[in-house]
Amino acid sequence: MAGYKGSNINPKKFEIGQLKIILALLPLAVFMGIPIVFIVCHAFKPMDELFAFPPQILVHKPTLDNFVKLFKASADSNIPMSRYVFNSVIVTGSVVLLSILFSTMAGFALSKLRFKGKYALLEINNTALMFVSVAVMIPRYLVIDALGMKDTYFAHILPLLAMPVGLFLVKQFIDQIPDALLDAAYMDGASDFKIYRSIIIPLIKPAIATTAILAFQQVWVNVESSNFYINDESMKTLAFYLNTLANQNSNVAGQGIQAAGILIQFIPNLAIFLILRKSFMNTMAHSGIK
Amino acid sequence: MASGKNVSARKTKAARREHGNRAAYAFLAPYVILFTIFIIIPMVVAVGLSFTSYDTIQAPTFKGFLNYINLLTADDIFMQKVLPNTIIYALIVGPGGYVLSFLVAWCLAQLSSVPRTILTVIFYSPSMTGAVSMTVLWKIIFSGDQMGYLNSFLMRLGVIDAPIIWLVDSRYLLPIIIIVALWSSMGVGFLAMLAGILNADEEIYEAAAIDGVKNRFQEMIYITIPTMKPQMLFGAVMAIVGAFQNGAIGVQLSGTNPTPNYAGQLIVNHIEDYGFLRYEMGYAAAVSVVLLLMVFAFSKFFGRLFKED
Repeated sequence: MAGYKGSNINPKKFEIGQLKIILALLPLAVFMGIPIVFIVCHAFKPMDELFAFPPQILVHKPTLDNFVKLFKASADSNIPMSRYVFNSVIVTGSVVLLSILFSTMAGFALSKLRFKGKYALLEINNTALMFVSVAVMIPRYLVIDALGMKDTYFAHILPLLAMPVGLFLVKQFIDQIPDALLDAAYMDGASDFKIYRSIIIPLIKPAIATTAILAFQQVWVNVESSNFYINDESMKTLAFYLNTLANQNSNVAGQGIQAAGILIQFIPNLAIFLILRKSFMNTMAHSGIK
Repeated sequence: MASGKNVSARKTKAARREHGNRAAYAFLAPYVILFTIFIIIPMVVAVGLSFTSYDTIQAPTFKGFLNYINLLTADDIFMQKVLPNTIIYALIVGPGGYVLSFLVAWCLAQLSSVPRTILTVIFYSPSMTGAVSMTVLWKIIFSGDQMGYLNSFLMRLGVIDAPIIWLVDSRYLLPIIIIVALWSSMGVGFLAMLAGILNADEEIYEAAAIDGVKNRFQEMIYITIPTMKPQMLFGAVMAIVGAFQNGAIGVQLSGTNPTPNYAGQLIVNHIEDYGFLRYEMGYAAAVSVVLLLMVFAFSKFFGRLFKED
């Protein structure tokens, strides 16, 4: 017999044979990782290191100067940074919570309830996975304008709530729950709402975590709504503010401030992903389009 | 539903509930309403506007297929710059990024938990941040003077003598856009494929080895990919959508719309150019419709490829 025993998917422990895979991936990992390392270091560089020639990637004497300057820069303008942070927290919180609520509700109906138009709706949502929102930014603008939502939180929040990928993943996950389990509850006279709240929600926590991550990633760095739908400065978000700041300080001295701004946007994203990673991967296992 | 009756007799109570279930519509209502307002209606409006001339001040006037005819016959910029750029970009970042994601996921699946997790986070991190916020970073790296990190690095290696103005030089802008897009291309689809490979039944692999699969490559072609076709398709759709969604970075990188010599002009920038700079909404809408059709065509192609029979 040939010596090949089948490759070891998801091995339990580290073996020497895995080293060559790591070595093969290393150049790519460096390419992917260096910009991240760079931005972290840059954010903590004192002025003389920002101007150092030749430029260095790593930081030698880390300082918080750039972060201090970032906050000071906002104090000089009319609107304090806390206002942008406040807006972002409201908008991000609403989008994450409401998109979890709406996609689990719709996912439950699409997976477990029977009604007219179910398969058409599933098909439409699957097609909408291909939806590229930048393609319709102009009609979206017209719709938001027509609804009188310009310069309100609604313009930030509502367009992001219908997330076809989120609904799709939640629905796939609910499909894994056996009907027999719901049956028993229906026998006991539970209503659809009771089933949703006491059976579905506790069982699909991984899918909820996934929706939370996806929604957060969309909304936290979103500048489109502030750019197009909001004219009132005091209603714009942190992502927008950091972005403008970046464009204003494009000289070398401003680079540290820019990097600090990027880091402020990046860290919450990374933290949430790390915390919810297991649930996320668990949901992804059911992500196939059949 | 004549045959449906026989089937439903075997189905459980949850699945047997009546048509027109009011509770179901109540559960669906919030999502469906928002989906209609912000996805369906804008698409319908885009299609509608694409047959008109509309400057946002006067009411739209019907022009038939004029916008599409102009797009295909009279818009030199579109035909000579935007379309070729978009096709090159989309082919490399879409399918290219997709194949790369799959290969990386396939490699990662063969590692034990700790190194796999660390590498997964490294590969996934770039796609978390959003292309727009990261352009600042790339501007610093590709900065056009000798203080630029890439310039300084290449000059020290002796590859170049004088700094190159990367982001303004029309020879380099498109390749840089492609590199940046590839950098942030390992997103949800990548994780889905990784989870799909990890989820495979070990016995299939053992059986395949007994049946004569000789090496890892054969195993990948005959076992791994066929067993995870649904995830492969999900990954493909995410890759295509991601590629087009990120298609506006050229303007952020170069700081101008249109980009220098239209070198980094992609179809999304063309929409912005006509919609928000020239206020030719009808024409911009026609370009949007073409964009949606392109995404759709790409995705359908992958759908064929991974169709489960």
